[in-house]
Amino acid sequence: MAQAAQSQVSHAHEGETRRDFLLLTATALGAVGVLSTIWPFVDSLNPAKDTLALSTTEFDMAPIQVGQRLTIAWRGKPVFIAHRTPDEIKAAQDVDISTLRDPQKDSDRVKKTEWLVMVGVCTHLGCIPLGQKQGDPRGPYNGWFCPCHGSIYDTSGRRRDGPAPLNLEIPPYQFTSATAVKIG
Amino acid sequence: MAATGPGMPNSRIVRWIDYRLPFVKMMQHELYEYPTPRNLSYWWNFGSLAGIMLVIMMVSGIVLAMHYTPQSNEAFDSVERIMRDVNYGWLLRYIHMNGASLFFVVVYIHIFRGLYYGSYKYPRELLWMLGVVILLLMMATAFMGYVLPWGQMSYWGATVITNLFSAIPVVGSKIVTLLWGGYTVSNPTLNRFFSLHYLLPFVIVGVVGLHLVALHTHGSNNPLGIDHKGPGDSIPFHPYYTIKDSFGLAVFLLIYAILVFYAPNFLGDPANYTPANPLQTPPDIVPEWYFLPFYAILRSVPSKLFGVLLMFSSILVLFIVPWLDTSPVRSARFRPIYKKIFWLLVISVLVLGYVGAHPPEGIYVIEGRIAAFYYFLHFLVLLPLLGKLERPRPLPLSIGSAVLGRSGTPAE
Amino acid sequence: MTKSLWIAAAALLALAGSAGAQEADVKPAHQQWSFDGIFGTYDPAALQRGFQVYKEVCSACHPLKHLAFRDLGDIGYTADQIKGFAAQYQVSDGPNDQGQMFQRPARPSDPFVGPFPNDEAARSANNGALPPDLSLIVKAREGGPDYVFGILTGFKDAPKDVKLNPNMYYNEIFPGHQIAMPPPLTADGQIQYADGTKSTVPQMAHDVVTFLSWASEPNLDERHRMGFKVILFLVIAIGVLYAAKRRVWSKLH
Repeated sequence: MAQAAQSQVSHAHEGETRRDFLLLTATALGAVGVLSTIWPFVDSLNPAKDTLALSTTEFDMAPIQVGQRLTIAWRGKPVFIAHRTPDEIKAAQDVDISTLRDPQKDSDRVKKTEWLVMVGVCTHLGCIPLGQKQGDPRGPYNGWFCPCHGSIYDTSGRRRDGPAPLNLEIPPYQFTSATAVKIG
Repeated sequence: MAATGPGMPNSRIVRWIDYRLPFVKMMQHELYEYPTPRNLSYWWNFGSLAGIMLVIMMVSGIVLAMHYTPQSNEAFDSVERIMRDVNYGWLLRYIHMNGASLFFVVVYIHIFRGLYYGSYKYPRELLWMLGVVILLLMMATAFMGYVLPWGQMSYWGATVITNLFSAIPVVGSKIVTLLWGGYTVSNPTLNRFFSLHYLLPFVIVGVVGLHLVALHTHGSNNPLGIDHKGPGDSIPFHPYYTIKDSFGLAVFLLIYAILVFYAPNFLGDPANYTPANPLQTPPDIVPEWYFLPFYAILRSVPSKLFGVLLMFSSILVLFIVPWLDTSPVRSARFRPIYKKIFWLLVISVLVLGYVGAHPPEGIYVIEGRIAAFYYFLHFLVLLPLLGKLERPRPLPLSIGSAVLGRSGTPAE
Repeated sequence: MTKSLWIAAAALLALAGSAGAQEADVKPAHQQWSFDGIFGTYDPAALQRGFQVYKEVCSACHPLKHLAFRDLGDIGYTADQIKGFAAQYQVSDGPNDQGQMFQRPARPSDPFVGPFPNDEAARSANNGALPPDLSLIVKAREGGPDYVFGILTGFKDAPKDVKLNPNMYYNEIFPGHQIAMPPPLTADGQIQYADGTKSTVPQMAHDVVTFLSWASEPNLDERHRMGFKVILFLVIAIGVLYAAKRRVWSKLH
C-alpha cells in the first residue's frame, strides 16, 4: 500500500515537470496570440490611408505679392504664408535673441528670407492669431496679435509678449521650385 | 482578512480589495475550485465558446463603430473606407462579419446539446429560458447589424422583415411606420438600427450574467443526465476544464481563421456589395444563413399573418420545452426512441434552412411544409407523448461509478 | 459520439452552403487566376495591363469611385507616374474666396474621376441604362472573376429564336441573355500594352478581370500572408494544448 503510494508520488513528480513545461508553453503561446491579436485593433485607431494621403500639401506662392500674407490649410490647421518686405526682414534679423523667451534666430525659421511659412496656431491655448488680413491688428512688432489672451508675435513669428510660451511653429516644408513649397 | 484559495494571489493588496469587494474570491470560487461533473464531453465546450464570441463581436464592433457612418448616403462608403483605408480595417470587418455566423453556429450547437441531454429539465428550466432570451436578442442584434452596411440585401431584407409587422390586425401599418420612422426603410431606420445594434449586446451581457448565475446554482448537466451525488462525481473546474476549453478554443479559432483569411465572403451574399437601391429589388431576397430555417417557416403558409405567428411560435415553443418534455429521464443516452427522433428534428431544421434559401416555388414549398410540420410535431406532440410511452434504459448509480466502472480512464 | 460529430459537421456545411443558393442561367467556366487558392497573389504585370484596359476601354462609361489615384501605388506605379496620371483629370473644388466652385487638376489623394457627373447623366448617355461602378463588381456578382470574364468574352450573335430588344446585345452568361452593354473588347490589338504583351480579347479580358479583382479586394495578398502565419500558429497551439490537456487529465487515475 505504501509502495503504491510512493510510486504514485514519484510518477506525479515526473508528470508535474512535464505538465509544467507544457502548460508554460501553452500559456506563452496564449500570451503571444493575445498580444498579436490586440495590435491590429490598436493600429486601426492610427490615421487611415486617406488621412495620411492628405498629410502633405503643395502650394505655389508666386501670386503672393511682397507685403501680402495668405492663409492655407494643412492637416486641418491654418498655415500663415507671408511674403516679407525688406523692412520686415531687417526687423526680424536685428533682434537680440537673448532677450527672447524662446530664443531662435530668424535664419533658423526661414529657408528663403522673403518667405515666412508657419502654423497659424497660437502656442498659448490654440487660437488663430490676427494679422493675415488687411486691417487686422498686428501688434507692436508689426507681426501677429492673438486676440484671445493678448500674445504678440514679431515679423519672424517669434513670441515677444503675452502668455504664449513658444514661437509659432514652423512646419516641415521644402521648396519644390523657386516659389512652390511642399508642406508636410 | 478574507482568505483566498490555493494558487490565487494572496498579496496584501488583493486581501485589501477582497475584504471590501470579494471579486478575487468570487472568481476563484466560480472558475477555479468550482466543482464540475467529471464526465463532460466536448459538446460542453460550446458555452464558453459562445461567451468568447460575444466578447470578440463586441470588441470588433466597437472598433468598427469608430469608423462607420450610420447615414444612408454615407454608410456603404464608410464600410468601403474601412475595408480599404483604415489600418487592418479589412481584418476587423471580416472578423465581425464571419464572427456573427460562427456565433450562431456555436449557439445552435449549444442549444441542440441542451435538447439532446435534457439540460432544460428540472432544476434548470430558468437557465434554459434565459438562454432562449439570449437567442432572441442575438437574432435582433444580427438582423439590425446586417442592415448597417446598407447594401441591396441590407435594405431589402429590412424591408421584407419590417413589413411583416403590417400583418398585425388594426394597428399593423401604424407600427410599421413607427419602426421605419418614415414611409419606407430609410435614413431614420438606419440611424435607430445602429443605436439599437450598439445597445443590445450589452443587454445580452446582462442576460448572460443571469444565465451563468443560474448555471452555477445547480452546476452543469452532464452526458449521463444524472445528478452528482458525491465528491467522486466532480472535479475542480481548474485545471481540467480550463485546459479543455482552451484546447477547444484553439480548434474553433482555427476554423474562424480559415474563414476570415481564406473564404471571408463564403457565407455572405454578393448582392450586399451593391449599394442599396430602393427602386430595384434583387431577384432573390435571402436572409443570412442563420435565419433561413425561420424564413422557411414564415413562408410555409400562404397567409402573411399566420406565417408571422408560426415563425415567432417556432422560437417561443423553445421556452416551454421544459414542460413539453414529460420524460423523467434527462439524457437521450438512456432514451432509445427520443435519441432517434432527435436527429429527425436536426434534419427538419436543415431541410428548412435549405428551403429558406430557395424561392418558394415547386418542390421547395412541399419540402418546407413537411419540415415545418415535423418541427412543431416534434415539440408539441412527440415530446409530451414520448415521455409517457418510452421505456428508458436503466440509469447508472452515479457519474463516478459510470465513469470509473469502464476501463479506469476518464470519459472524454 | 463520432457519428453525431460527422452528422453535425455535414449538417452545418449543408446549411451554410445553401447560403449561396442563387443560380445563374449559365454557369461561367472556371478560369485560372493568379490569386486562386490559399497561396494566391495578384500578378503585378497583369494588374498593370488590366489597369491599362480599364483606362483605355472601360473608363469611358464605368466609374471606379472607391479607389483613389494613390491606390495605384499598390500595383507598382511610382509617385510621379500617379501624379501625372491624376493630373489628366479635372475635379471640382471650392468654393473659393469669391464663393465660386472651380476646376483643378486631380491629385493622388483624390478618388478616381468617373466619366459622368451623376447617375442621370450616365443613363442619358447610355439609352437609359446605368453602367455600374466597377470598384466592387467582382465581389458583387455570383461567380466573381469567372462571371465577369464570362460576360466580357460571352458576346455572341443572338440565336434565331431570340428577339433582341432595342439597344440590347446578346450575351451567353448574362442572366436573361440580353445585356445593355455593347461588347467592350471587340478585336485583338484593340489597345497596345505598355509591356508589349499581345493584346488578344481573352488576354485583355483576363487582365482587366485581374485588375478589377484587385480593385474589389486590394488586401488579398496581405490577407493570405497573415492567414498563413495565423493558421500555422494555431496548428502549433492546438498541438501543444492537446498535449497539455491529456497531461492534465491523466492525473485522474
